[in-house]
Amino acid sequence: MQADFFARKRKNSLGFFGILVAITVGAIVITEYDIVKGFESLPRAVTWALGNFYPTQESLVKFPDILSSLIETLLVSIAATSIGAVFALFFAIMGSNTTRVNAFFGSISRVIATLFRNIDVAAWALILLFSFGQSSLTGYFALFFGSFGFLTRAFVETIDEVSGGSVEALRATGANYASIIFQSVIPSSVPQMLSWVLFMIETNIRSATLIGLLTGSGIGFTFNLYYKSLNYDIASLVVVTIIVSILLIESISNYVRRVIL
Amino acid sequence: MTLLEVNHVSKQFGNETKALSDVNFSVSEGEFVSIIGPSGAGKSTLLRCINRMIDASNGEIIFDNMNVMNLKKKELKMVRTKIGMIFQHYNLVNRLSVIENTLHGNLGKKSTIAGALGLYSQEEKEQAVKILSTLGLDEHIYKRADQLSGGQKQRVGIARALIQNPRMMLCDEPIASLDPNSAKVIMDHLRNISTTMGITVLVNLHQVDVALKYSDRVIGINHGQVVFNGTPKDITKDDIQRIYGSEAEDLIFDIGGIHAS
Ligand SMILES: Nc1ncnc2c1ncn2[C@@H]1O[C@H](COP(=O)(O)OP(=O)(O)OP(=O)(O)O)[C@@H](O)[C@H]1O
Ligand SMILES: [Mg+2]
Repeated sequence: MQADFFARKRKNSLGFFGILVAITVGAIVITEYDIVKGFESLPRAVTWALGNFYPTQESLVKFPDILSSLIETLLVSIAATSIGAVFALFFAIMGSNTTRVNAFFGSISRVIATLFRNIDVAAWALILLFSFGQSSLTGYFALFFGSFGFLTRAFVETIDEVSGGSVEALRATGANYASIIFQSVIPSSVPQMLSWVLFMIETNIRSATLIGLLTGSGIGFTFNLYYKSLNYDIASLVVVTIIVSILLIESISNYVRRVIL
Repeated sequence: MTLLEVNHVSKQFGNETKALSDVNFSVSEGEFVSIIGPSGAGKSTLLRCINRMIDASNGEIIFDNMNVMNLKKKELKMVRTKIGMIFQHYNLVNRLSVIENTLHGNLGKKSTIAGALGLYSQEEKEQAVKILSTLGLDEHIYKRADQLSGGQKQRVGIARALIQNPRMMLCDEPIASLDPNSAKVIMDHLRNISTTMGITVLVNLHQVDVALKYSDRVIGINHGQVVFNGTPKDITKDDIQRIYGSEAEDLIFDIGGIHAS
């Protein structure tokens, strides 16, 4: 019986591994991807990048422009995340089993959140291009929808994990719904929620760069502009600026996280 | 005078689990009653049906001459303000201070706005301090709840219930997570509350010796049915056998000790 159990487990992992290998091989065959050539071209790519893709003295002239589009991107990401978080908080309170008003509204808000979460930010950007065209508004809404979906899910889990017990206790004292939310749920879950919001801002700044390529706005657009016009030195300066700002934001949010948690 | 009457109460979870079947008993004002029984017997379910944290399926529960099962939302909140509840895992808001957690006991009497904002009068705060000091927590009043030991947390739980000025306290395994010393402190406080303040106390316990030592009366539950209802003096080995079924062997030894002393 016990031997059976372990034999079956081993067989399952083996089977899973086999399927994984089959899929990989299948994918390589179908796309006619040449592994050897792929790896061979790596050194060439590196050599090219080292030869062309670095900032020069002249490219620094463009630095103020780059900085202003970077700031635009940062602000759009932060704004989209914050507004997304406000909506997510509301939907999470409605959707959490601990705090929902009733089962009906609970399911509705969970369905809406799932819908928004499962559409990727890039997909949102493509969809919204139809409505808003190439503008930073498109990027803003794409990030907003994506953040909203993800944060709702994260907030629901935070609420369920952190405040179940005290919600029960306050219900037992006869406290009304608003008191329970503001005296128990919010104080218990705010630090963890802020931590999620910071994580989302980081993620959004990364996505915003990509989305900028699609929507023709922000730092992504700036990069695209110089890259396409073969100004590799300026394009590389853009990349360096992005990397530095992401590292900076990450260390700031790690610091904030340490303080609040 | 009878404060609580439980008549023909049953509770069914789904189609399968019958947690309570035809439970009958009554409790007088100021009485200290323990409910004992094996794991899964329905002790927690019974306690939660009394203040309708769970809705019973059948029967009637009369508290202070009101049938709890027919109450509308608003009346139910009124009734809950008169019933304090204490939990195995304390159910405090960990990030708030001891005094804030204590004042939560008053939320049931507050308007939506005052409750949500946590507006408490000077009298309420003074009363909270007074209760906390009778429970030996003077030094911890402004500490965060998560900085306390288990025994101290449970005393905050008691303070939160006491500030409600309750007629009755429902305690679900209040000492199950505590070491013997802290457990004794908690049980002494509960006994004291019943004796000196005349508050009715209903305690779920799984330590038979503790139940026999502290209670005016013991109710034994097995498989959702009351199989014993009498004073600690009247309880026999047979009764213990009936309450705990086959698990009883070890417990019978305990009883011998108690009756001998
Ligand atoms: N929410 C629920 N849904 C379904 N079944 C439940 C639920 N709560 C309790 N039960 C079932 O009802 C029965 C009684 O549970 P209850 O928690 O009241 O037991 P208990 O006497 O408090 O046990 P313990 O000593 O382990 O706390 C158990 O069989 C349990 O599985
Ligand atoms: Mg229980």
